[in-house]
Amino acid sequence: MNVHEYQAKQIFAKYGVPTPKGIMVESVADAVKAAEELGGPVWVVKAQIHAGGRGLGGGVKLAKSLEEVEQLANEILGMTLVTHQTTAEGKLVQKLYIEEGADIQSELYLSVVLDRKLEMPLIMASTEGGMNIEDVAANTPEKIITVPVDPTIGFQGFHGRELAFGLGLTDKDEQKNIINFAKKLYTLYMDNDAEMIEINPLVKTGKGEFIALDGKMGFDNSALGRHPEIAAMRDLSEEDPDEVEAAKYGLSYVALDGEIGCMVNGAGLAMGTMDTINYMGGTPANFLDVGGSANAETVAKGFEIILKNPKVKAIFVNIFGGIVRCDRIANGILEATKITDVNVPVIVRLDGTNAPEAAEILKNANIKNIIVGNDLGDGAAKAVAAAKGE
Amino acid sequence: MSILVNKDTKVIVQGFTGKEGSFHAEQCLAYGTNIVGGVTPNKGGQTHLDKPVFNTVADAVKTTGATVSMIFVPPAFVGDAVMEAAEAGIELAVIITEGAPVKDMQMAKAYATKHNMKTIGPNCPGVITAEECKIGIMPGMIFKKGNVGLISKSGTLTYEGANQVCNEGYGISTAVGIGGDPIIGLSYNQILPMFEADPETEAIVMIGEIGGDLEIQAAKLIKEQITKPVVAFIAGQTAPKGKTMGHAGAIVSGSAGTAKEKMEALEAAGVKVVISPAEIGKAIAEVLANK
Repeated sequence: MNVHEYQAKQIFAKYGVPTPKGIMVESVADAVKAAEELGGPVWVVKAQIHAGGRGLGGGVKLAKSLEEVEQLANEILGMTLVTHQTTAEGKLVQKLYIEEGADIQSELYLSVVLDRKLEMPLIMASTEGGMNIEDVAANTPEKIITVPVDPTIGFQGFHGRELAFGLGLTDKDEQKNIINFAKKLYTLYMDNDAEMIEINPLVKTGKGEFIALDGKMGFDNSALGRHPEIAAMRDLSEEDPDEVEAAKYGLSYVALDGEIGCMVNGAGLAMGTMDTINYMGGTPANFLDVGGSANAETVAKGFEIILKNPKVKAIFVNIFGGIVRCDRIANGILEATKITDVNVPVIVRLDGTNAPEAAEILKNANIKNIIVGNDLGDGAAKAVAAAKGE
Repeated sequence: MSILVNKDTKVIVQGFTGKEGSFHAEQCLAYGTNIVGGVTPNKGGQTHLDKPVFNTVADAVKTTGATVSMIFVPPAFVGDAVMEAAEAGIELAVIITEGAPVKDMQMAKAYATKHNMKTIGPNCPGVITAEECKIGIMPGMIFKKGNVGLISKSGTLTYEGANQVCNEGYGISTAVGIGGDPIIGLSYNQILPMFEADPETEAIVMIGEIGGDLEIQAAKLIKEQITKPVVAFIAGQTAPKGKTMGHAGAIVSGSAGTAKEKMEALEAAGVKVVISPAEIGKAIAEVLANK
């Protein structure tokens, strides 16, 4: 789960990580009020969406008067922001963060992520702040400093020294400041079960202090149960409504561009099914994993979500029952045809636990539109043919 | 022969009396797995599925001599359970539970390594040595005994692959579902050499997916150390960038972790890479016929 910049900064503030003062608003009038409260002489008006590259997309602008704050708030609020991290349709800006200006001497980069190879958190830093870090990594990899922190010993002095010297800091106060900053950041990363924290830019002020000018945070979904205050920060309007709806029923759904709806058990087989459709010359309309506890209700819901997409011309149900019992899926399909008007061909391939019972159920039901696939390859081929109207 | 587990392996179940633990322990017993007991705090001294229940893993190990633990405890308790098993001298923990916090797994895996305990999972179907020992949740009936070893991040693709291999008239020596989480226990590079050394295994099916670089590391190892033929499939060629595809670890960021990159690396290492999982069985039949 990701949060907005203003929320990440609330968490930073709780741990004493310095940030500029700011106020989140949802209207132009409140934006002006917030600017008055913060005091001038400059303010930054920042669009709050869950995507990077907001500045380049025109969602972050500097104001030098209250009139300008009003004008910019008017402009940015309600705009659809397209950045390199959003889809081509972009994201609607519904919230703004009004922030005081900062004394910027130089811009750095600092992040904490999970290093999957080392299986521990990794602090990454660079003197090349304010730029796309992927570009820095590609063009000047020597300018990225990486410091892994073994969680069984935690953040030690030597981690801090590697970071400070790596960034070329020679002033002792500046060294102390960056070490303290990174230590607090590591602590809040661990305490809150974060998946990643990224501060770009991290600003060094004229006084040699460090301030998080931006803040991006993502959290481990599996740990949200023990962090209710973070779970409460979830902004559903930033997520795909169909994915949210699907998740309520234990379904994992991702919309794609193609014509063949997929309903599969298990993430790997679901991806493999998409790949097979593609291989056979068709296009998958979605990723959908029905999970381990699929029943009639969840299957019916899955059909409903798939069929909402007008591009869908056929549905391929591909189940290899381990925990999932095929007879339950078969009943789910029957149930779904009663609840939802399934007006496209449905190719069904059921294998594994209770597959013979499932075949019997489907045969006895004798529903038009249902085509049996004998195995993965056969089912995918039939689905591709059906989508082409063959 | 086989790898990791066989009919003599003594197994305990952590989370023995819970709904999931009970259901699957019963299935494993029916398959022939030598489950010698289980652990549920405060139920020590009771009997469940005709097997003794213990309060702690230490008690269970002392009494039964178990060397392997199958873990079904709820996600928030997985880290604790793994560390308890390591402390008690368990040699292999098979973690079935889905949704364990990543931070807990970092700690638990570091502790397991310190105690020389191997782990498989979490969020995996488990390990099965065909017709001898099933430790996990896979449908046992599809795994017929044979000479093909199988390693997979995905549960259902494990079944799909094994089923196709058996339909071609071959069978499975051992199949290991390593799980698709960001932090997992035994992976390709530990298991591939085990299959290489196992006289019963003559060919290997390797199933991977997008995200991370375990498959790239495996390609390097295969090139250097594996002489047995390997058939591979990488799921997620059609997955969009930046989206998590069900498994928490299955996400493509930038160019790293794409299916294409992994497929090319494996091909360069001499692996027979199939574009669709529907081709796994045929590919195995082909490589075994050419041997």
